Amino acid sequence: MKRYSAFAVAREALRNHIGWERAWRSPEPKRHYDVIIVGAGGHGLATAYYLGKNFGITNVAILEKGWLGGGNTGRNTTIIRSNYLQDPSAAIYEKSRSLYETLSQDLNYNVMFSPRGVIMLAQTQHEVRGYQRTAHANALQGVTTQFISPSRVKELVPIINLSGPRYPVLGGLWQERGGTARHDAVAWGYARACSDMGMDIIQKCEVTGVRTEGGKVIGVETSKGPINCQKLGVVVAGHSGVLADMAGFRLPIESVALQALVSEPIKPCMDVVVMANTVHGYMSQSDKGEMVIGGGTDGSNNYTQRGSFHHIEETVRALIETFPMVSRLKMLRQWGGIVDITGDRSPILSKTPVEGMFINCGWGTGGFKSIPGSGWGMAELIAKGHSPLTDAFGLERFHEGRFIDESVAAGVAH
Amino acid sequence: MLTLQCPYCGVQADETELSAGGEAHLTRHGPGSTEDEFHDYLFTRENPRGVHFERWRHTYGCGKWFHAARDTQTLEVFGTYKAQCTEPPKELRDAITAKRPGWTWREFS
Ligand SMILES: Cc1cc2nc3c(=O)[nH]c(=O)nc-3n(C[C@H](O)[C@H](O)[C@H](O)COP(=O)(O)OP(=O)(O)OC[C@H]3O[C@@H](n4cnc5c(N)ncnc54)[C@H](O)[C@@H]3O)c2cc1C
Ligand SMILES: [Zn+2]
Repeated sequence: MKRYSAFAVAREALRNHIGWERAWRSPEPKRHYDVIIVGAGGHGLATAYYLGKNFGITNVAILEKGWLGGGNTGRNTTIIRSNYLQDPSAAIYEKSRSLYETLSQDLNYNVMFSPRGVIMLAQTQHEVRGYQRTAHANALQGVTTQFISPSRVKELVPIINLSGPRYPVLGGLWQERGGTARHDAVAWGYARACSDMGMDIIQKCEVTGVRTEGGKVIGVETSKGPINCQKLGVVVAGHSGVLADMAGFRLPIESVALQALVSEPIKPCMDVVVMANTVHGYMSQSDKGEMVIGGGTDGSNNYTQRGSFHHIEETVRALIETFPMVSRLKMLRQWGGIVDITGDRSPILSKTPVEGMFINCGWGTGGFKSIPGSGWGMAELIAKGHSPLTDAFGLERFHEGRFIDESVAAGVAH
Repeated sequence: MLTLQCPYCGVQADETELSAGGEAHLTRHGPGSTEDEFHDYLFTRENPRGVHFERWRHTYGCGKWFHAARDTQTLEVFGTYKAQCTEPPKELRDAITAKRPGWTWREFS
């Protein structure tokens, strides 16, 4: 693989850009791999990358039914933060956030990580108390966050209206090193690095069955024929229930639509990410100048990547109170993704009832931020059978009543 | 927009009048059940890509709970029926079979 650098850009500029190579190979599948990962979203690709980088396992295939990064990874609003309440969450999300700090250098691919800061607005007394508690928990966990006053919020976000009639801004939970990254670039950067290690990324290859022998996984059926493996990692977000069904078990997961929208591009007006969880809306400004807006999920099960229009309306209505200038913006486009929601709003990184088959899912509305950390932990889980990052996130926690309850803490959990 | 006919008041209700109530026909295991049964009742869901039976409430109408059968892959609504039914009516199941041969569901409670 030729490295990307300022020098390479200059060299190619002088010769009509004829020297760029393809970022990844598109091979036909082999008959057998040590590890097969199903799903070439961020989490699947990161899992494969750290299997190679941290454990030297490179006889790996990543099977993707569509195109890589075309699932939720390419549809999300890219908020990165680690100000969660519970210790296991703080551990994996902060690991992830800290990996983002150097990810562009690690991958030699500009993922445009922008630690511009994230504010979660407190707009009710309940939220004030909740976020103060989270700030204290974060201090103990070694995650740098701060509860800030309304006047500090106004300094950081001049376009905000602090004294909305229903939901005045009473303060905020501020994570200075939170921010955003370019979603496609995260998938593409990992894909390029995986391909460079000799891994096969096979797109347009849908897994249609899981083959087992004596309770142990031996391979998968795909639209490109059967492929054998020693170990199988299923990382398919909203489709986790479908894959579990192929292997004969059910999950504590429901798949629902989550939507986002962007406005026409405008001049720079807000250089931090703002989340308003009480009213279910959040907003940041992209490098192109579009206001990137998201809200809450639909309430009903759905696999169509289309959500209900009234949720978009609710989100925009909520934001207009806090950001009156939004009412003058034209919205350009809107889209949806199918997110995988668990009862405690925490992910599942786990062994399964099928020996050799592992599952990584349940990131729901908030798993873009966790791609590097989840890949790191999942790779260790697959390679060694357990990982300090993932041990608390096993499926058995639902049996044992040992929830990692982030539903109260996060509200809108992006 | 999704609309469902409320089987009580007969209104063809917009989604904004309704609240979704999750998967239908769960067996409500209680004291005396095994741990597995209780776990499945609380957490495990069908979550199918296809035929789904679910509970809805006509919140901003008559206020009553009812059942709906929908396809989560196409968003087609097969029909609605009353909350008192412990399983979908036979006509509805036959109509679904005609459209989606081979669909399955765990046993109804
Ligand atoms: C609108 C929206 C906004 C969001 N905003 C944020 C945010 O601001 N911050 C944040 O942290 N998170 C956010 N999220 C959540 C985040 O996008 C996801 O948690 C994350 O991208 C999940 O990554 P993944 O790799 O697990 O899944 P995906 O990227 O969905 O990848 C799964 C892949 O598996 C493939 N697949 C499925 N079935 C099969 C099969 N049978 N065979 C082969 N391949 C298969 C799919 O095609 C897909 O490419 C948002 C999500 C949405 C939808
Ligand atoms: Zn009614």
